[in-house]
Amino acid sequence: MESSTAIDPRDSQSTSLEALSARTRGLILETIHHAGAGHVGGPLSATDLLVHLYFRTLNIDPARPDWPERDRFILSKGHSSIAIYTVLALRGYFPVAELRTFDAIDSRLQGHPDMTRLPGLDMSTGSLGQGLSPGVGMALSAKLRGQGYRTWVMLGDGEIQEGQIWEACFTAARYELDNLTAILDANNLPQFGWPSPEGFTRDRPYDDPRAKFEAFGWHVVECDGHDHADIERAFAEAVAHTGRPTCVIAHTIKGKGISFMENQFTWHALPPNAEQLAAALAELELEASE
Amino acid sequence: MSAVTELRPLADAPSVAVRDAWGNTLVALAEQYPELVVLDGDLANSTRADIFAAAVPDRFFEMGIAEQNLLGVAAGMATCGYVPWISTFTAFLTSRALDQIRVVVAQPHLNVKLCGSYSGLLTSKTGKTHQSVDDLAVFRAMPGISVIAPADANELAAAMRSMMETEGPQYLRVTRDASPVVFPENHLFRLGKAELLRDGGDVSLISTGTQTIRTLEAAELLAARGIQADVLHVPTLKPLDVEAIVAAAERTNAVVTAEDHSIIGGLGGAVAECLGEHRPTRMRRVGIRDTFGESAPNDALLEKYGLTAKHVADAAIALLEGDRP
Repeated sequence: MESSTAIDPRDSQSTSLEALSARTRGLILETIHHAGAGHVGGPLSATDLLVHLYFRTLNIDPARPDWPERDRFILSKGHSSIAIYTVLALRGYFPVAELRTFDAIDSRLQGHPDMTRLPGLDMSTGSLGQGLSPGVGMALSAKLRGQGYRTWVMLGDGEIQEGQIWEACFTAARYELDNLTAILDANNLPQFGWPSPEGFTRDRPYDDPRAKFEAFGWHVVECDGHDHADIERAFAEAVAHTGRPTCVIAHTIKGKGISFMENQFTWHALPPNAEQLAAALAELELEASE
Repeated sequence: MSAVTELRPLADAPSVAVRDAWGNTLVALAEQYPELVVLDGDLANSTRADIFAAAVPDRFFEMGIAEQNLLGVAAGMATCGYVPWISTFTAFLTSRALDQIRVVVAQPHLNVKLCGSYSGLLTSKTGKTHQSVDDLAVFRAMPGISVIAPADANELAAAMRSMMETEGPQYLRVTRDASPVVFPENHLFRLGKAELLRDGGDVSLISTGTQTIRTLEAAELLAARGIQADVLHVPTLKPLDVEAIVAAAERTNAVVTAEDHSIIGGLGGAVAECLGEHRPTRMRRVGIRDTFGESAPNDALLEKYGLTAKHVADAAIALLEGDRP
C-alpha cells in the first residue's frame, strides 16, 4: 500500500490528472483485494470524475472539512465508497495508509459512506436514490443564506430507477437551483439486470436520461466520463448555466482502466485475487506497493 | 413519589386544537430562532403549517406531495445549520419516508424535527390509510430518535421549545382535533420525564398523548366508584422515565396503560418491557388491538376501538378484581 503524503492540487503540474486517476484505480484495487470484499466496477467507472472534482473543481480545504463556504459533494451511489475514500486520502483528508482499514471493525471507512465517522463526507449514503434530495437541501440553504458554494451529487445510472430521484429533480427545478449539479455515472451495467424473452439481459428497459432530466426542467450536458478535458468542459458548462440545475451525463465504462474488468458485470463487487491484482497494476503501469 | 403537576381542572379546561397550537408555536419560535425552517408536503392547511407560511414566508418551503424527498431536503438543510420542522401526516412520515428517516436523519443524527400530524385514529374521517396505529412503535425502535407525545396544546408548545433547545432528530406526535387544555401556559417540558397528574394509590393509570385527557376522565369515573387512581402521563416514550414507571408500580401494584395507538410497541409495550425487567406487575393495556382503523366520527372510533374514558376505567376495575384479560 502506498504511504505517500497527500497531493496538493496547486502542485499538480507534475502530477497529471491521468496519473492521479491511475493511482486512484491502483489503490482501489489494492484496498478491495486486501479487504477481501467490496465493489470494483462502479468505483472504477467513477474514478476520473471524482479525481477531477477533488483536484480541479471543488472549492475545498482538507484541513477544514467543516468550512461553511466549502463546495458540497454527495456520493449518492454510496456503494462506490472506496473511490471517494481513495480520492479523499490522496487529496489530504486522511492518510493513504488508513485505506487498509476499509470495512474493518471500528473503521472510519465504512462499506457505505458514514458522515458521522469520516470528516470530509457531506452526507451519509448507501440506500440508493437518496443522495440528490440532501443536495437540494444544501443548494437551497446556500440560496437562503446568499452563500456562493456549489453542491455536486454523483448518481449511478441504476439508482435513478428510484422515484425519489425525480421528486428531487422536480423540487430542484422549482427552486431554480442553478448552484446544484448532478453527475450521472452512466456505466450501463446494473448489478443483476432484467429477464427478457431472448434470455437474460443487462440492457435496461427504455432509458433516456437526457429526455427525463430535461422533462423535469434541468439543463443537460453530456461528456466522456473518462476524458479529463471533456469532463472539464462539461463541469464548466454546468457552473456557467444559470436559472436551472444541470445534470452532467457522463458516459463511463464499468471497470474502466482494467481490460479484463471493463464492461464485465461479474466485477460489480468482486475482490481481485493476487494474480488479478498484479495484472491490473501492470496495466495501470503502477508498482505494487507491497 | 414525585410532586403532582398542577393542572387546570378538566371541567374548566378550554378546548384548543393541538394542530393550531403547533402552527402558532412555530411562528413564536421562528422569532427566537433564525435557523428554524418549515418544510411541507402539500398539507400545510391541514397540519396548520399554513399559519407559519403566512407569518414567515421566507422560511417556509413547499416540497409537494413527495415525502421521501421532503425528508432528504430537510437532512441536507440540517447539515448547513438549519433546523427543519417537517409538516406532514404521521402515516406518511412513518411509512412513506421511513427509509429516508433511517438513512439520512437518524443514522447521521441530523437535527430534523419530525412532526406527525393527524396521529392515531382521530383523523377527520379519513380512515385507515391516513390513521397511524404504529408510529410510536416504529420510532421507539429506531436508534437515536427521541419520541414525544404531548397531552394538550400547552404541553405541545412547551415540548416544541424543548425540541429547539435539543440537538438531534426527534419525533413529535401531533393530534388533529380540539381537546381540553389542562397544562398551564408556562409549563416546562422536561424531555424523558413523566408527569404525575393525579395522586390516588389504588391503581396506576399510565397514559400518553391526548389519550391522557380521557385517562384523567377515567380517574374521575373511578373516583365516583370509590377507587382512587394515580395518573402518570408519559409524554416522552423515548427516553422512557423508568424510575417514575417503576415507582408507580411499587405504589399500587396495578398498572393500566392507555394510548391512541396499537398496544404493541407503543406505551403499553414500553411499560410492559420496563416493568417486566424491573418490577413485574399486574397490568392491562388499553389501546388499539392489532388492527387498522376505519373512517368514522371520533366518538364512534373511540367507542369501537376501546379508547374511551370508560374503557380505561373498566380495565382498571377488571384488573383490581383480578379478571384475566
